[in-house]
Amino acid sequence: MTEEALLRISQRWARRLLILAPAALFILLTACSDPQTTIEPASDMTEAIQGVYEIVFWLSMFVFIAIMLLTLWLAVHYREQPGREAIQIHGHQRLEILWTIIPVAIVLIMLVPTWQVIADTTDTPPEDSMVITATGKQWWFEFTYEGLGLPDDEGNPTDLVTANELHLQAGKPVHVLLRADDVIHSFWIPQLAGKVDMVPGHENDLWFTPFEDSVREEAYLGQCVEFCGASHANMRFRVFVHDEEGFNAWLENERSDAVEPTSELGKLGATLFVVRCAECHTVRGTAASIADFGPDLTHVGSRTTIAAGILDNNIGNLVDWISNPGEIKPGINPENDVIDKERPLRFMRAFEDEISAEDIQAIAQYLTELK
Amino acid sequence: MATAAGTIAAPTTESVVWSWITTVDHKRIGALYGVTAFIFFLIGGIEALLIRTQLAVPNGNVINAELFNQLFTMHALTMIFLAIMPLGAAFFNYMVPLMIGARDVAFPRLNALSYWIFLFGGLVLVSSFIFGGAPDTGWFAYQPISSSEFSGSGMDFYVIGLMILGISSLAAALNFAVTIINLRAPGMTMMRLPVFIWMTFIVMFLLILALPVLTVALIQMLFDRQFTTSFFLPEGGGDPILWQHLFWVFGHPEVYILILPAMGVVSEVLPTFSRKPLFGYAAIVFAGIAIGFLGWAVWSHHMFTTGLGAVQQAVFSASTMAIGIPTGIKVFNWLATMWGGSIRFTTAMYFAVAFVALFTIGGISGVMHASPPVDQQQQDTYFIVAHIHYVLVGGALFGVFSGLYYWWPKMTGRLLNETLGKWNFWLMFIGMNLAFFPMHFLGVSGMPRRIYTYDSGLGWDFWNLVATVGAFILALGVLFFIINVFKTWQKEPDAGDNPWDGPTLEWATTSPPPEHDFDVIPEVHSREPVWYMRDHNMTTPEPEPGTHIHLPPPSYYPIIIAFGVLLLGLGPLSHLAVTALGVPVIIYGIWGWTLEPTE
Repeated sequence: MTEEALLRISQRWARRLLILAPAALFILLTACSDPQTTIEPASDMTEAIQGVYEIVFWLSMFVFIAIMLLTLWLAVHYREQPGREAIQIHGHQRLEILWTIIPVAIVLIMLVPTWQVIADTTDTPPEDSMVITATGKQWWFEFTYEGLGLPDDEGNPTDLVTANELHLQAGKPVHVLLRADDVIHSFWIPQLAGKVDMVPGHENDLWFTPFEDSVREEAYLGQCVEFCGASHANMRFRVFVHDEEGFNAWLENERSDAVEPTSELGKLGATLFVVRCAECHTVRGTAASIADFGPDLTHVGSRTTIAAGILDNNIGNLVDWISNPGEIKPGINPENDVIDKERPLRFMRAFEDEISAEDIQAIAQYLTELK
Repeated sequence: MATAAGTIAAPTTESVVWSWITTVDHKRIGALYGVTAFIFFLIGGIEALLIRTQLAVPNGNVINAELFNQLFTMHALTMIFLAIMPLGAAFFNYMVPLMIGARDVAFPRLNALSYWIFLFGGLVLVSSFIFGGAPDTGWFAYQPISSSEFSGSGMDFYVIGLMILGISSLAAALNFAVTIINLRAPGMTMMRLPVFIWMTFIVMFLLILALPVLTVALIQMLFDRQFTTSFFLPEGGGDPILWQHLFWVFGHPEVYILILPAMGVVSEVLPTFSRKPLFGYAAIVFAGIAIGFLGWAVWSHHMFTTGLGAVQQAVFSASTMAIGIPTGIKVFNWLATMWGGSIRFTTAMYFAVAFVALFTIGGISGVMHASPPVDQQQQDTYFIVAHIHYVLVGGALFGVFSGLYYWWPKMTGRLLNETLGKWNFWLMFIGMNLAFFPMHFLGVSGMPRRIYTYDSGLGWDFWNLVATVGAFILALGVLFFIINVFKTWQKEPDAGDNPWDGPTLEWATTSPPPEHDFDVIPEVHSREPVWYMRDHNMTTPEPEPGTHIHLPPPSYYPIIIAFGVLLLGLGPLSHLAVTALGVPVIIYGIWGWTLEPTE
C-alpha cells in the first residue's frame, strides 16, 4: 500500500470519528429528558454544579477527541510497510516541557471554578431558610419540618413529621440537616441537590433554593446513593415543588390531625390499625400516636407512592405491602431482625400470617382515606 | 547431607505434583500465580455476567437482592485481590529476574511462601459463598453497615481473607524490592532498568506502605465485630468516617498498584513493536514515581460527599487533578514512541495501543469527578462504574493481555496464534466499549450504582441492555484466549529466543528459559541490551566449562508455614482452638526453614 492510500484511510477514519463524536454528544444530551437526569438543574445549587460540569465536560471532550484521533492516526500512519525504517530517537526535551504544560493548564482551568463552587456551597445557608431534618433509615427517609407543626397547647411551635415525600416552595431556600439512624445513607435529588451523605454520628447539611420556574405537577426524583443494605435499591423519595399558594395548601393539610374515615370498611381499619400498627406507626389525632420508628402515616393517603417511592399508592399495593413487605423490599423480613430491648424492631413484618385478608383490606382502605 | 533435628530433608522426589508444591523457582511460581489468578479472574467474570444479566432489563428477577449484593462485593474483591494483583505478580515473578539479568529472586523460599499464602487467602475469601454467604457490603466495607449488627458472617471472611492476602503481598513486595535493588546484572544501572521493572519497583513500595494501613483497619474491624470494641461505631463513641479514611489511604494507592504494572508492560511492548526505543524514558520513569507519591495525597476524593468541609475538598481536588499531569506525560510519551516507528501490529501491540486509548478515557473521566461539585452528581452513579472499568479493564486488564501475548513465547517457547489473538482482541475491545461506555450515559441520567433493580421509564433501559450485551461479548473474547492457549499448547516450539526482536534481557536467553535463567550472567551496556548486542554483532558468551551454578533447592517449608497462617485465619471463622493449632505449625515451619541446608 502506498503512503497516499494510507493517508486516505486515516483521513477517512478521522472524518468518521468527527461525525461519531457529536453523535455521542447528542446521546449524552438526550439524558436531559430522563426523569432522574443530573444535567438539568432546577435549583441554585445544581446550577452552580452544572456550571463547573460544563467547563470540565468540554475540556474533557477536547482531550478525548484529540487523543483518540492522535492514537488512530499514529497507528495507521506509522504501521510497517516496505522501505519504512523506524526513526531511532530517545526523546525530545522541548516536547516534554510542552506536554507537561498542557495538562497543567487544563487542570488550572478546571480548578478555579471548582474552588469557587466549593466556597459557595460550604458557606452558610440563607437565614430565611426553611429547616428540614432528613433522616435516612433502612430503607426510607423521614422528613421533619422545623417549627411547621400545629402549635401545642401552650402555643409553642412543634415540628412536622412526614416521610418519603418532600414538599418545597419555589424560591424559598431550604436548609436540609442530614442525619442517619442506622447505617450511612446519602441524600440526592439530582435536579435540585447534589448528594451529601447521611452519616450516623455526624451532622452534615446542605442547602438550596428551587428556582421560581421549577414548579411542576410531576415529582422530582430522589434516591439513596450510598449502599445501605439489601434494599438499597428500594430507598427512593419524591420531591414536589409548589408555588407559595400550593405549598401553603399542602402544609395546611399536612400539619392538621388525621381525618376520620368515612366508609364502614375504613372505620374497621382504623380500629385494627390501633391494635396492629400503632407499636411502630403514628397517625396524629388518634390513639395511634405514640410510636416513631415507622413512617408517620397521618396523611399517607395524600402521598403518591408507598414503601419509599417504590409502589404507586393504591389499595392493591397497600394490601400487598401489608401482607408481605419482604416480597417488595428484600431484607425487611423480621426473621433477620435483631430483636432486643435497646433497639426496637427496625423492620416491618409480614401480616398475612397474623391477620385475615379481610382485615388487611380494611387497614388498606383506612390508609387510603388518610388524605 | 545431614538435617537438623526434627526437620524434613529437602525434597528429592521426581513427582510432578510435589515438584510444583515445593518449587522455589521464580518462573514456576510466576506460572502458579498466573494460572491461579486466571481461574479467579474467570470466577470474577462469571460474577460480573450474573450482575449484568440481572440488570439487563428493568425489574429483573434473575437473582435476588441478597445474592446481588454478594456478587457485586465479590466481583470487586475477586478482580482486585485475586485476579489483577496476582496477574501482575505472575509477570513480575516471571520477568523481574530475567529482565535484570539474575538467576532468581533474592529470597526464593519467601517467594514460594507468598504464593501459597495468596492461594489460601483467596480460597478463604471465595469459600464464604458456601459457608453462610459471601461478603455483601461492598469491597470498601463501610461502617457501620459492615458491623456485626448489620451484616452476617461474610464480613468475617472478608476481614480474614484480606489479612491473609496482605501477608502474601507484603512478603512479595519486600522480596522484589530487595531483588531489584541488589540482583541487577553488571552494568544494569537504575536508569537502564526496563520500565516494567521500574513500575514494579514503585508498586513494591506502594504495597509495603499501603498494606499495613489496611491491616490496622481490618484488625480494628475484627475487634469491633468479635470483641465489641467500637473503633468505627458511633454508639460506642467511634467514627464510621475513620474507617473510610483508613480504607482509602490504602485503597487509592491500591489503584496504582493495579495499574502501574500494566503501564510497565505497555512501556515494553510499544517500543518493541514500533522498532524504536521508548520515547522519554526518564520522563516516564519519573512520572511513574510522581504518581507513586501523589497516589498518597488523593484518598479523600473517594469521600467528597461525606461532609469533609471546604479546605479538604479544595486540597484533595487539587491533588487529584494534579495526578492527571504525570499521567498525561506518560500518555504523550507512549504516543511519541509510536511516532516515526515502523509499527508491527501483533496482538500484543493491539492490546498495548488500545490500552493507551482506553486508559486515557478512564483518566479523563477521573479528572472530571476530581472536581467535588461535579462529584456531587457523579459519585456512586454508573458514571463512576464506567470510569473504574475503563481504568481497570481498558487499562490494567488490557495491559495484562498485552503482556500475555508478548511474553507467552518466552514462557512456553510457543507463539500464540495471531488469528485467534486478533479475534480475542477485537471481541474484548468491542465488548468492553459496549459494556462500559454506555455507563457514562447511565450515570448522567442519574442511575445509582449497587442497585439490584431499577424501574423502567427512567431512560435507563436501553443502555443497560447494551451494557449487558457488551459484557457477554467481552467474555467471549476471553474465551478466545483460552481456546488459543489450548490450540497452541501441543505444537512444536516455534518461538526461538527472540521472536519479536525485543530489546530487553529476557530475550537474551532461551525460550523457555533454563532453570538458572542465564548460562552466563550478561553484561549490560545500554538501556536496550539485546539491541546493543545485535547492533554491535555481539554473541551471547559461552559458559566456562565446569562452572557450577548455585540454585536454591526446593523446600517443603513455604507451604507448611502458609498452612499455619491459614489455620491462624480460620480460628476467628470457626473456633479459636484452630488458631492455637496454627501457632505450632508456623513455629515448626520457621524452625525447619531456618535450619534447612541451602545446597
